[in-house]
Amino acid sequence: MSATGKRPLGARLIVWVPYLWLALFFLVPLAIVLKISLSQNALAQPPYLPVFDISAGWQGAREFFGALSFETYTLLFSDSLYFFSYLKSLEIAGLATLILLLIGFPIAYGIARSPRRVQPILFLLVILPFWTSFLIRIYAWINILQRDGLLNDVLLALGVIAQPVVWLSTDTAIYIGLVYSYLPFMVLPIYATLEKMDEALLEAAADLGCPRAKAFWLVTLPIARPGVVAGALLCFIPMVGEFVIPDLLGGSQTAMIGQTLWVEFFSNKDWPVAAAITVVLLCLLVVPIVLYEHLQKRALEGAR
Amino acid sequence: MRRASMFNVVSVALGLAFLYLPIVILVIYSFNASRLVTVWGGWSTRWYGELLNDQPMLDAAWLSLRVAVISASAATLLGTLAALALTRVRRFRGRLLFSGAIYAPLVMPEVITGLSLLLLFVALDIDRGFWTITAAHTTLTMCFVTVIVQSRLIGFDTSLEEAAMDLGCPPVKAFLSVTLPLIAPAIAAGWMLAFTLSIDDLVIASFTTGPGATTLPIRIYSEVRLGVKPQINAICTITIAVVALSIIAASLLGKRNAARREQAAALAAKF
Repeated sequence: MSATGKRPLGARLIVWVPYLWLALFFLVPLAIVLKISLSQNALAQPPYLPVFDISAGWQGAREFFGALSFETYTLLFSDSLYFFSYLKSLEIAGLATLILLLIGFPIAYGIARSPRRVQPILFLLVILPFWTSFLIRIYAWINILQRDGLLNDVLLALGVIAQPVVWLSTDTAIYIGLVYSYLPFMVLPIYATLEKMDEALLEAAADLGCPRAKAFWLVTLPIARPGVVAGALLCFIPMVGEFVIPDLLGGSQTAMIGQTLWVEFFSNKDWPVAAAITVVLLCLLVVPIVLYEHLQKRALEGAR
Repeated sequence: MRRASMFNVVSVALGLAFLYLPIVILVIYSFNASRLVTVWGGWSTRWYGELLNDQPMLDAAWLSLRVAVISASAATLLGTLAALALTRVRRFRGRLLFSGAIYAPLVMPEVITGLSLLLLFVALDIDRGFWTITAAHTTLTMCFVTVIVQSRLIGFDTSLEEAAMDLGCPPVKAFLSVTLPLIAPAIAAGWMLAFTLSIDDLVIASFTTGPGATTLPIRIYSEVRLGVKPQINAICTITIAVVALSIIAASLLGKRNAARREQAAALAAKF
């Protein structure tokens, strides 16, 4: 209102330029996805009906809204393929997050407890793989996991297995790929909270006769909790919709929802169903996303 | 006091081994003379030579490079503005929606972002290709830039800027000559991250691309789907080398600047 009017031009520009960009390229597209999920597949260009025609005026708008339907959603809920695809994605992402926690916490803890001098180096070593291509890192695992790959060679040489094991195209391979790719995202937030922790707290606990394991449980873990929650969300949310990892490492019998969406869109050319899959996926993830945003905001805006 | 316990050392060492072993193996096998990727046939650089003759791959790399430079630059500008908006302008209409739109793409599955952007381009009837990929990457990466610059701005002492303005410096000039140099490292880091994310992206590029615009990841992906090939190992090794070198260069540069800043601070403290 009047406050905005009085504001210098610079302040208005720094708000409105990025705002308009995000509105056009982030918020409007989500609205379009919702709209197309209510449309029907058609052999046309674009391949859906109805098409909103602004020149048709009020009458056109009424016809447009009248032609919207929930058919895609009916299909989504009646065909168990989609249901199991969602379930599989949640299950894989959930279990992978748990594994990431079990692996990532000791690494973050180890770095935070290492001498101050080497901490920046270890920190850099953990984030460095994140800067190299995601696709390349998944590809590297195909090399290792294939039938005559390195993993089978090593295990055979060690006598752990008598015959080559099929690793590729299994759920195990998906878990390996997910844990490998997302490990830096789990380690960093946990390290950030543990690094700030005052070790005198543990000494105090020890002086008061608290056993080390109990002190870990009562002191260290509560301090690390924000980092643990942030790391878990940072991994879980994108993993639910992951496409590349299950596509390259997983088998054809397990389709995560990202793959199902991809197939509906690129192979079946059914845009409305792909849009409906997206809308339902967003609904599933809205709670974790809002929780994550809340944490981000507290970390970045509340810290003043 | 800080005694590295056995458990800590082992867990960090195992973790780093897990992170680096696959990459090291990939690099080693890119120098494999054998056409069969799983059989070691001695050292050779022949796949690097063959890569030079792979015109589609080179074209894709060139396209990716251009997309990454343009989108990272646009994203750095937009992201820095957004970071300033979120830290300096306390209240404006729709602030909640704005911060929501900034943080959501950081975790949003890429298939969602990709599909929604494609449907936007179709609805607007825009020919898909170079510019649609660039716009899509700008949107995704500007959010990462915002977070990086924002975390730098939080620890920022605004009294410096206020002092400049009290001495009669116009706000824009105060920003350019006081604030900007101080947040420059974060802006540079943001640009680098945006660049890497763009050159690395497969999913969003696949959705927003059009005929004739094949980025490097799209090209690599279509080859990888057909199986492991030694040339792919070679191009992956080159990418890793470029990234590693630029990270090392950036951290060395950062150290030099930090040293210079510390000297300047020490000098200032003396007087």
